[in-house]
Formats: sequence, structure tokens, C-alpha cells
Amino acid sequence: MEVPVLKQGPFLIATVQAALTDDDLVQLRKAMVERVVGSRSLGVIIDVTAMDIMDSFASRTLREIAQMIRLRGAETVIVGIQPEVAFAMVQLGITLEGVVTALDLEEGLDYLNHRFKSST
Amino acid sequence: MAKDAERLERSGLQHHSPEPPAPDGPALLLRELVSHLRQNRTQLREEWARRITEAQLLTAMSKDEIFAEATAVYDQYVEALETGTFEALQAYARSLSERIIPRGVETHEVVGIVLLLRDVLARSLFAKYQADFRKLDRILDAYEPAANRIANTVAVGFVQERERVIRQQQEAIRELSTPVLQVRERLLILPIIGVIDPQRARQLTEQLLRGIRTNRAKVVVIDITGVAAMDATVANHLVQTVEASRLLGATVIVTGLSPEIAQTLVTIGVDLGKMNTVGDLQGGIEQAERLLGYKVVPISAGGS
Repeated sequence: MEVPVLKQGPFLIATVQAALTDDDLVQLRKAMVERVVGSRSLGVIIDVTAMDIMDSFASRTLREIAQMIRLRGAETVIVGIQPEVAFAMVQLGITLEGVVTALDLEEGLDYLNHRFKSST
Repeated sequence: MAKDAERLERSGLQHHSPEPPAPDGPALLLRELVSHLRQNRTQLREEWARRITEAQLLTAMSKDEIFAEATAVYDQYVEALETGTFEALQAYARSLSERIIPRGVETHEVVGIVLLLRDVLARSLFAKYQADFRKLDRILDAYEPAANRIANTVAVGFVQERERVIRQQQEAIRELSTPVLQVRERLLILPIIGVIDPQRARQLTEQLLRGIRTNRAKVVVIDITGVAAMDATVANHLVQTVEASRLLGATVIVTGLSPEIAQTLVTIGVDLGKMNTVGDLQGGIEQAERLLGYKVVPISAGGS
């Protein structure tokens, strides 16, 4: 299942639908990096509001996406992790270490705008 | 055990057969027993009340109250003996418990008074049938199982009601003791007081995460000044709370760590780089305000 990615000014917004298979995640990783390169984006928001589980593979893939995007000089923010999902994740020791997180899309855009306002 | 079951069956309390009772059969004996208890109601009830006072039970209640409840219990008792059904008694036991538990009446008092009533009634039966030992024997066959079941029903009803009240109170305490308070836009405070066990820690985390989402909080100050001690399990819960909050985009500042808790955290090897801590609540709020971009300035005196 392909994840829809929209462009919003200098940023890209990827909205994950409910259940992502491992293959979908790998596809997403590939697609995000290509899009960042293609559109010369400064930042990416990955909205996981609709994800009701986050397992270690998903978490690792998201971390890899953030690292790869950083190598292109862009910033990634994961938004929309639900309270129940966050709780389950920390109990399993899945932490999304090193990745910026925000409450929702609005907060994510706010973060990116601040980051890039200071650098212009 | 088998003998008791046999007795119960013989006493006719399990069945309500419409056939005419056999002379001196269990059903007839039961009727005789019940009418004796009804006829002598006044003096038996008084005897019972006297023995309750003598045994220093129900001291939390006034004489009038004891009398009123004693009357109701006596009548219910005889009724249960007569009908062999215990639903009415169960319902009464529950409503009685609801009334007397807030008055501080204890389990041993309730069991005590019911057993005293059983004794008072048994003694009066001994007195009445002392001349005819065989008849007394059969009367007791009818009386004893029922009397024991009554004592059981009342005691269990009382204990169950107590347990229900305790559960209710525990729930209320849990809810009251973990308030998540918004003190500024985007700033929540979670003051924790008292003992944290793993269950409370879990409830706390769930409440906080929901609060972060509802209030769109960016900073949370968790104050543990009021927490005396924390074991490694609970300390880990605290670390998890901090991490889970971060996943929702909120920064957590922990304030008020006692020396003992600081020791625990260091000993269990908590990665202190992950935990933002400040000495006291005031300092924590000040840092939170800085993070949010607030600066608190005094209103200048003598200005316009």
C-alpha cells in the first residue's frame, strides 16, 4: 500500500494509513529519500496518527528514514503517535531514539518552520 | 459433611412440599419451632440485646439503634427459619451492612451478634423441651442447619459489602491522587504524593499521556517531592513515562527528587542524560517557562 506524500512549501508530508506491512515500510523508506532528493525539501513530516501498533521493525525503519534524510541535509519529524501506542512502545523498549517527535501535524510544521527560520 | 446434607434434607428446608406434614415430621417441628420463637419474641429479643451489651458489641451504636436493628434481625431470622429461603435475609444483610459500616461496626461484632442470637434461641429451645430429650433432638435437627446458614449468610453479606466499599474508596483515592494540571498554555504539572506502586504508576502514565494530547502540552513538570521512596520497578516506570511523553512531543522535567530517590536512580543505572531534572518545583516551572519562551517579569510599581 503506497503512502500518500504531499508537498507543503519546502516540506513533505507523508500520511501513513492504518496497517503497514514490513514491505510497505521498506517502500516508504525508498520513496521518502527519492522524494526529498527530487523536490529538494528541507524537512519531512511522517504522520503516524492512524497507526495503532508500532513494532520494532517499524521503529527501526522510521529511524533509518530520518538518518537517510539527514544525510541529504533535511530534517524529519514523526507526528501523531497515540498515547496507547506510545505506552506500548516504551514497555517494549522501543524508543525511536534520535528522532524528533511532535504531537501532531500542526506541531510538526511549527517545529520545522522554527528550525528553518533561524537558518535563513 | 454427608450427614449434614442428609440433615438438611430431613429438616425439609430444601423442599417446599405441599403435602400435609407428617405428625412429628420435620416440617411440623419447624412450624412448632417458629411459632415458639414468635410467641416469645419480646423476651428473647430483650435477652439477646442484654447479651450484646454484656459482650460489649455494637458500641458504636446507640441503645435505640441496637433495639431497632435487633428487632429487624430477629424477625428476618425467624422468617428465614420458617420459609427456608435466604434471599430476603441476604438483601437485608446487605442493607444492614450499608448502614452500619460507616458507623465503624466491625466484622467480629456482626458475626458475634448473630451467633449470640443463635445461642439465645437455642437455649430457649433447651428450656422448653428439656423434659422430652428425643423431641429436643429432633427440634435441634430442624433448627441447627438453618441457624448456621443464617449466621453464614449475614456474615458473608457484611464482608462482601465491606470489600465493595474498600474497592470504591481505593478507586476514588487513585483518581484524586494523580491530577494532571494545566498551569499555562502548553504546560502541565503532575504533582505526585504518597506511595507509588506499579499499578498507580501505570495509571499515572496513562493519565499523563492523555493529558498531553488533550492539552497539547509541550512541557510537563512531574513533581515527586511528596514521594518518599521509589523502588527500581517504579523508577523504571518513571523513565518510561518520560520516554512516552517525548514520543508525544512533550519534554518532561522531573522535580523534587529526594536524596534517597536520587540514589535509587543512580544505582539502577538510569541514563540521566534522558531525564531532565531540577531541584524543586519552582525551579522546574521556571525552566519550563523558559523552554516555552515565557519570561515572567514583575509589574513595575508606580507605573501607569
